[in-house]
Amino acid sequence: MTSLVIRGGSIVRSHEVVRADVVVVDGRVLEVGEKVNAPAGAREIDASGAWVGPGFVDLHTHLREPGLEAAETVESGARAAAVGGYCAVVAMPNTEPALDTVALVSYVLARGALTGIDVAVAGAITQGRRGEKLAPLAEMAALGVRIFTDDGAAVASAEVMRRALSYAKPLGVRLAQHCEEPSLVEFGSMNEGALAGRLGLVGRPALAEELMVVRDIELVRASGASVHFLHLSTARSIALVVAARREGLDVTCEVAPHHFSLDESACRTYDPHYKVNPPLRSPGDAAALVAALQRGDVDAVATDHAPHLPESKDLAFDEAPAGMLGLEHAASLTVEALGADGDPRAFFALLSRGPARIAQLRASDVRVGLSAHGGEVAVGEDANLVVFDPGVEWTVDRDRLQSRATNTPYHGRTLHGRARATIARGRLIAENGEMC
Amino acid sequence: MITTLRGKNLLDLGELSREAILEVLDTADSFVEVNRRVVKKVPALKGRVVASLFFEESTRTRLSFETAAKRLSADVLSLAVASSSVKKGESLRDTIATIDALGIDAVVMRHRSSGAAVQVARYVPHVRVINAGDGLHQHPTQGLLDAYTLRQVLAERRGERARDTGAELFDGLRVLIVGDVRHSRVARSDVEAYVALGATVTLAAPGTLLPDGVREWPVSVAGDFDDALGDADVVGVLRLQHERGTGAFVPSLSEFTRTHGLTIERAARLSPSTIIMHPGPMNRGVEIDARVADSSAAVITRQVANGVPVRMAVLYLSVAGREESR
Repeated sequence: MTSLVIRGGSIVRSHEVVRADVVVVDGRVLEVGEKVNAPAGAREIDASGAWVGPGFVDLHTHLREPGLEAAETVESGARAAAVGGYCAVVAMPNTEPALDTVALVSYVLARGALTGIDVAVAGAITQGRRGEKLAPLAEMAALGVRIFTDDGAAVASAEVMRRALSYAKPLGVRLAQHCEEPSLVEFGSMNEGALAGRLGLVGRPALAEELMVVRDIELVRASGASVHFLHLSTARSIALVVAARREGLDVTCEVAPHHFSLDESACRTYDPHYKVNPPLRSPGDAAALVAALQRGDVDAVATDHAPHLPESKDLAFDEAPAGMLGLEHAASLTVEALGADGDPRAFFALLSRGPARIAQLRASDVRVGLSAHGGEVAVGEDANLVVFDPGVEWTVDRDRLQSRATNTPYHGRTLHGRARATIARGRLIAENGEMC
Repeated sequence: MITTLRGKNLLDLGELSREAILEVLDTADSFVEVNRRVVKKVPALKGRVVASLFFEESTRTRLSFETAAKRLSADVLSLAVASSSVKKGESLRDTIATIDALGIDAVVMRHRSSGAAVQVARYVPHVRVINAGDGLHQHPTQGLLDAYTLRQVLAERRGERARDTGAELFDGLRVLIVGDVRHSRVARSDVEAYVALGATVTLAAPGTLLPDGVREWPVSVAGDFDDALGDADVVGVLRLQHERGTGAFVPSLSEFTRTHGLTIERAARLSPSTIIMHPGPMNRGVEIDARVADSSAAVITRQVANGVPVRMAVLYLSVAGREESR
C-alpha cells in the first residue's frame, strides 16, 4: 500500500481554488480536507505556496521509439514528462516506421506501460504517413487510440482528409492536423517575411498554416466530424478556430510554448536549435498567442517535444532537422505567459483538463489500460496530480535534463515556476526536477 | 555595428559601418601597388595560416582569395570539402573542428547554406572567419570589391585618387540592380555596401525574383525596368541562378531576357557614362548580352582584378589586426 499526504497547497479545481490537504492511497484520492490525518507510513509532500491540480497531459510528444532511440525512448521521454509535471503523454506516430498498425501501436503502449506515467498513442491517419491510403483506424481505436495524425506533415490531399474524417466520425476518434500546406513550405526553414529575406533563408509562410486551417474547418463543416489543430502559430489561425467554434463546429486547437515564448528574431543567430515546424513566427504572432491563452481561446498547451541527436543540430540551419525539446519547461513557459497574476484555473485548463478532454483520458471517457486524467482533485479519483510552484526560479541546463536529447532553445534561461512533485497513478515519481 | 574590420570577422556587410567599409577600400588601394610589382608579395601575414574551405564549388572567388592570402605571405590550407562532407554525415561543427585542430588563424569559407559562416564563427571564436558566400545570404567581399571598383572608375573620370574621395563619389549615385535578387547573396551585399556609402539603390526584377519583405529594404523597387534604366548611373546585372531552381520562378529564360535582360537594344539607350557591372559567372545571352558584357561601359574584368587587392585588405585587417587589437 502506497500512501501520500500533500499538505498546505492550494487545490485548483475547474471552478474554485481551495486550501486543503490531499491524501492518496493505493492510486486514488482518499481524502481532501483541512489538516487531514496521515495514514501510517504515509509520505508527506510539502505543497505550501504551491498549486495542487491534475497532472499535466501532453497532446504532442515525440518519443522517437521505434527508430531513433539514440535521441529519445519511451522510457527517457516519460522521465522528461514526469519532471515536467506530466502524468500522461500522447506519443506521436512519426516514428520509423510510423505507428500505423496494431503491432506498432501495441509495441509503444507496452513500452509505455513500463513507465511511471500513462503513455497514450496517436496513430497515423494514413499508411506510412504518406497521405494516400487510410491506416487501420478502427483496429487501432480498439487498442485505445483516440487521436490520429500524420504529424510532421499535413494530410495534403483534401479528398484523403475528407475520407479520413468520414471514416473516423463513427469511431468516436479525433483527427489532428499538422497545418502546413506542403507546396508552400517546400525547402523552407523559418518564418517567411522580411527577416527571412534578409537572412537568405527560404520561408515557410503563415499562409501555409492558415490555408490548411481554413480547408479543414470547411471539411469539418461538410463531414460533421471533429478536428484538432496541432501547434497553431499565428494570430489568424487562432481567430479562424475561434470563429469556427462559435459556429458550433467541433474543432479544438493547441499551441506550443516555443511559439508564444520565442519569435523569429531568434533565427538571426542561424542556430538550428531555433528551427521548428511550423516556424517561430513574428513577435506580433507570439504576442497574439499569449493573448489568446489569457482569453481562453486555446484548448491546450502542447509541447511538440521533439528530441534530436546533438550532431544533427550542428548542421547548417537549412540542413538541420526541425524541432525542439519541450516537456521539461512547457509548464514554466505557460505560467510565465499567463502572467504573475494569472488564474491557476486557466493554467490547469491548458495543461491538464483541456488536453485530457481532447485525448479522451478523463474519468468519463472509455480508456483502455490507462488511468483517468484532468480531474478535480476529488475523493475517489485516480491520483494523477502535480504540485506546481508558480514562484520558484530555476535555470534550464541542457546537460541536466531527463531527456536523452539536449536540443532545448532555453539552455541557460532562467524560468519561473516548476513542478515540485509529480504523482502519477498514486506514486510520487518526480520531485524538483529529479526522478524519485 | 563594426567600425573597423581590424581583428573582426567578416560575415555580413550589414554589420559594417561606412568607416569600416572605407577602411577596406583604402587599404585595398595600398595593395594595388603590390600587385603591379615583379615580386608580388608582402610579409604582412607571414607565418599565419589561412584555411580556404569551400563547401560549394567556386573558381574565381577561391582563386582570388588564395592569391590574396599568398601575396600577404600567409600559408594557405586549401581544402576541397564540396558538399560531400554532409552526405558522408559529417556536421559543420566536426568539419571546422578538424581543420581548427591543424592550427589556423583564419578561415575563408563558402557554403551553400545561408548562415553557415555565422555558425562557424560561433564554433571557433578564436579563428577569424571570412564569409566567401553563404547560401542566399551574403557575399561580403563581392560587395566590397564592387564598391571599390565603382569608386575607382568614378575617381579616374574625375582625375582624382580614389582614396582621396572617401565616400563622396557615392553621394547621390543612382545604382540599379537588376535580375534574380531573390536568390542573390551578391545583391544583398551590394545593397548593404552601396547604401552605407550613400548611394541610392533601385531594384528591378520579375515579381517572383524579389526577396520577401523587400519593402523593408533601404531601396526602391522599379515598376518598369526600361523606365528605371534611364535614371541609372550604374547598372548591376545579377546572374540568373538556374542552379537554385530559379527556372520555376520565370516562365522561360527567353521571357526573362525579354523583360529583364540587359540586351543590346537596352544598352544602346543608356547614357554613355553608365557603368555596367556583373559579379560573374555570366549567363551570356540570358541576363546580359555578350556584346554588352564586352563593351567599354562594362567593368566586369576590373571587378575580377580588384578581387585580389580587396581580399588582401580584408585578410590583412581581419587577421593581422587581431594581434594589433590585443
